[in-house]
Amino acid sequence: MIKQTEGSQAVAEAVALCRPEVICAYPISPQTHIVEGLGALVKAGDLAPCEFLNVESEFAAMSVAIGSSAAGARTYTATASQGLLFMVEAVYNASGLGLPIVMTVANRAIGAPINIWNDHSDSMSQRDCGWIQLFAESNQEALDLHIQAFKLAEEMSMPVMVCMDGFILTHAYEQVDMPDQAQVDAFLPPYEPRQVLDPAEPVSIGAMVGPEAFMEVRYLAHAKQTMALDRIPEIAAEFKEAFGRDAGGLVRGYRIEDAETIVVALGSVVGTLEETIDTMRAEGVKIGVLSIRCFRPFPMAAVRAALARTARVVVLEKSFAVGLGGIVSTDVRLAMVRIHVRGYTVVAGLGGRPITQDSLLRVLRLAVADELKNLTFLDLDWDIVNRHLAREAATRRSGPIAENLLRDIGSGARPTTAGKAQP
Amino acid sequence: MTQPIKFYQTGTFTVGNRLLPEGQRSVQSSEARDNSLNSGHRACQGCGEALGARYVVDAAMRATDGQLIAANATGCLEVFSTPYPETSWQLPWLHSLFGNAAAVGSGIAAALKVKALKAGQGQATTRVIAQGGDGGTTDIGFGCLSGMFERNDDVLYICYDNEGYMNTGVQRSSATPPAARTATTQPLGPEPGAEFGKGKNVPLIAVAHEIPYVATATVADLHDLEAKVEKAMRLHGARYLHVFVPCPLGWGAASCDTIRLARLARETGLFPVFEAENGEITSVTKIRRPVPVDEYLRLQKRFAHLFGAGGHPETIARIQAMADKNIKRFGLLAEESAA
Ligand SMILES: Cc1ncc(C[n+]2csc(CCOP(=O)(O)OP(=O)(O)O)c2C)c(N)n1
Ligand code: SF4
Ligand SMILES: [Mg+2]
Repeated sequence: MIKQTEGSQAVAEAVALCRPEVICAYPISPQTHIVEGLGALVKAGDLAPCEFLNVESEFAAMSVAIGSSAAGARTYTATASQGLLFMVEAVYNASGLGLPIVMTVANRAIGAPINIWNDHSDSMSQRDCGWIQLFAESNQEALDLHIQAFKLAEEMSMPVMVCMDGFILTHAYEQVDMPDQAQVDAFLPPYEPRQVLDPAEPVSIGAMVGPEAFMEVRYLAHAKQTMALDRIPEIAAEFKEAFGRDAGGLVRGYRIEDAETIVVALGSVVGTLEETIDTMRAEGVKIGVLSIRCFRPFPMAAVRAALARTARVVVLEKSFAVGLGGIVSTDVRLAMVRIHVRGYTVVAGLGGRPITQDSLLRVLRLAVADELKNLTFLDLDWDIVNRHLAREAATRRSGPIAENLLRDIGSGARPTTAGKAQP
Repeated sequence: MTQPIKFYQTGTFTVGNRLLPEGQRSVQSSEARDNSLNSGHRACQGCGEALGARYVVDAAMRATDGQLIAANATGCLEVFSTPYPETSWQLPWLHSLFGNAAAVGSGIAAALKVKALKAGQGQATTRVIAQGGDGGTTDIGFGCLSGMFERNDDVLYICYDNEGYMNTGVQRSSATPPAARTATTQPLGPEPGAEFGKGKNVPLIAVAHEIPYVATATVADLHDLEAKVEKAMRLHGARYLHVFVPCPLGWGAASCDTIRLARLARETGLFPVFEAENGEITSVTKIRRPVPVDEYLRLQKRFAHLFGAGGHPETIARIQAMADKNIKRFGLLAEESAA
C-alpha cells in the first residue's frame, strides 16, 4: 500500500509486519519514534503476543535481547550514537553467541561535543563487532531492509544492524510502499533457532573458551559473514521477486559503466550524489556513484569489480578515524589493491553538517582535475580552526575547545537540521 | 522436679535433619536429586558459593518440575562450573556478561511468556532464575537488577554473597565488610582494611522496590534456604534471594569452617536473615544464642590484623556495634535470650 509517512513510522510498521516477539528499547534521538511506534502497536494489542520492555539503559536493552533471542524469540531493538556505545559490551556478546537479533541504528554523531545530528560514527565504531551492517539509502529501502534483515539474521544465526541516517531519513515524511502481512509472511518464515534454552534439551551457552578454540570460534564468525556475502544478494533478489522492488544487496552502481571517476558512499547521501552526478554528466564528465549497501561483511569483490576500470575513486564518508582519515576509505583502498587508480577521501557531514550539491560539485570538480587533496574535509571552516590553534599556541589555559569555537562563531550552533535538540 | 526439654529449633527451618520426619529431611546426595550443578566442577574445597548454588538450583528445579532456565553472571560460579567441554549444569544455562544477568533473565522470561501465549497457555510453565556474585549484583549489575525489580519481571535473582570479587583475586566490592582485608583494601595505614561507612545493603534496597519477595539466607541453614527458594518459586514477578556464602580462599579461612562461619555470621547479628513481601519485612530468623563478633572474625585471615599485638580492639568494638545495631533493627533476639 502506498502511503505518505515518517521514516521511523515506516520502519516501525515494517518491523511489526515481521511479527517480532520481544521488543526492548531505551530512548535516544533520533531513534525514538521507531520504538514509540512499535510500543503503541504492542500496547493496542495489534502484535499480540509480543512483549515490549521499557528497560533502564541500552546495555539492558541489548542484554534483554540476548536473553529473549537465546530463549527462541524473534527479537528487535533500536538505538543510536551514545546508546550504541553504552551497549557495546553486549553488542559484541550478541554476535559472539550467534544470536539473530535485529537492531536499527538511527545514525548519529558521537560526543563529546554532544551532538544529536547525523553522521556514521556510531555504526562505524562497531564495524568489527561481528554484526552484519546494512545501510539504507531511502525510507523505502530502510523498511525493506528490515524485512530482509530478519530473514538474513535468522538464516545465518547472526545479528543484523540496519543503519539509517538519523533525521534525514528517520524524521522525513516520504511516500513508501508498505507491504501487506500476507506478503511478509510468505517471505519471512517463522524463526527456527539453531540453539535454544529448552528444559527438554538442556545446553550450556556462553562457556569460557581458552586459546585452544577461541581463534576457531572467531574464524567461524568470519566464515559465516563470508557466506552472507552470497546470501545477501540472493535475499535481495528473492525480495525483488516477491515485492517487485530493488532493495539491499551488496552494492549498487549509478552511471558507473563508463565512469572515469566513481564516488563511493553509504546511506542517504547517495541520492544527493546521484543528482550531482547527473549535473556533471550533463557537462560531459564521465562520473558515477557506487553505493555500499552492505558494509559488513565488506563486499570486497563487488567493490573491486565496480572500481576495476575507473581512473579515480572518491570516497565520500560521514565518518572519520581521528589520526588516520577515512574509515570507509581504508576498506575501499583494500579492494583497490593493485588496481591503478587515484584515490581521494572526502570526510563530509559530520555532526549533521549539510552536504549540499554546490559543495559536492566543487570537490568533485577538483577531484576530476586531480587537484583535490588526498584527505579533504568538506566545508571545513578553516577560520575557526586556525583561530583555535593560534589560541592554544599562545595560551596554556586556552579553555574548552567546543565552547571556544562556538564563541568564535558568535551565534551558538550552526543551524543544521530543523527542530529542537533532544539529546 | 522435671524440666521440659527445649527444642529450640522446632518451628523453624533451622532444624537439623535428625529432628525432622523422614519426608522433610534435606537430602544431601541421592540419585533422585536433580544435581543441576553436578559434581566435577572446579570450585575450591569448602566453597560456600558452590554449596549455595547447588541447593538453590536444585530447590528451584524441584519447585518447577525441572522446567527451569538459568542466566548466570561472570564470576567464580560461572568460571568453575563451565570449563568446557565440561559443564556442571544439568539445566539450560546461559552466561552472557558480568553485569547483565538480571536483564538477560528478563529477556528469557519475556520470550517464555510469548511462547506460552502462542501455545494457548495463560502463563509460562518454564521459569527463570538469574544468579551472580556480590560484585555482579551489588556493583556492576546493579542497574540491570534494579530495572528487573522495577518492571517486576518474572525472575528470581540470586546473589551469592562472598563479600568480594573472588574470581579476579579478592578485591573489594560494595558488599565487603569494614576492616576486611582484600587485595584493594590492604591492612595498611591508620584504618587497615576496608573502610567503615561504605558499602550498601542490597537486600534492603530490594525491599524498597516493593517486589513480591525478598529473602536472605546462609549456607548454614540449608533447609531454610531451600524453603525460601521454593516459596519464591511459588510466587511470580521479581524476587530476590541474597545468600551468604563464605569463601575459604578469599577470606583466609579453613575449608571445613564454611558452614560454621555462615552460622556465626547469622548468630553474631552481622548477617540478618529475614524475609520481606511487597516491601514489608514479614519474618526474621531469631538468634538463639548471641555470639560476640570476635568469635566470627578470629577464624578469618582477612581480619587477622585486628587481633594480637598491634591489633585493633577499637575496630572490633565498631564491628560489634554494627552487629548490635542489626540485632536491634531487625529484632533478631529470641524472647528468652533477649532478657
Ligand atoms: C565488564 C567486566 N568488568 C570486569 C570483569 C572482570 N571480572 C570477572 S569476574 C569478576 C569478579 C566477580 O566477583 P563477584 O561477582 O563477587 O563473583 P565471585 O567471583 O566473587 O563469586 C570480575 C571483576 C568482567 N568480566 N567484565
Ligand atoms: S575463590 Fe571462593 S568463591 Fe571462588 S571457587 Fe574458591 S571458594 Fe568458591
Ligand atoms: Mg563475590
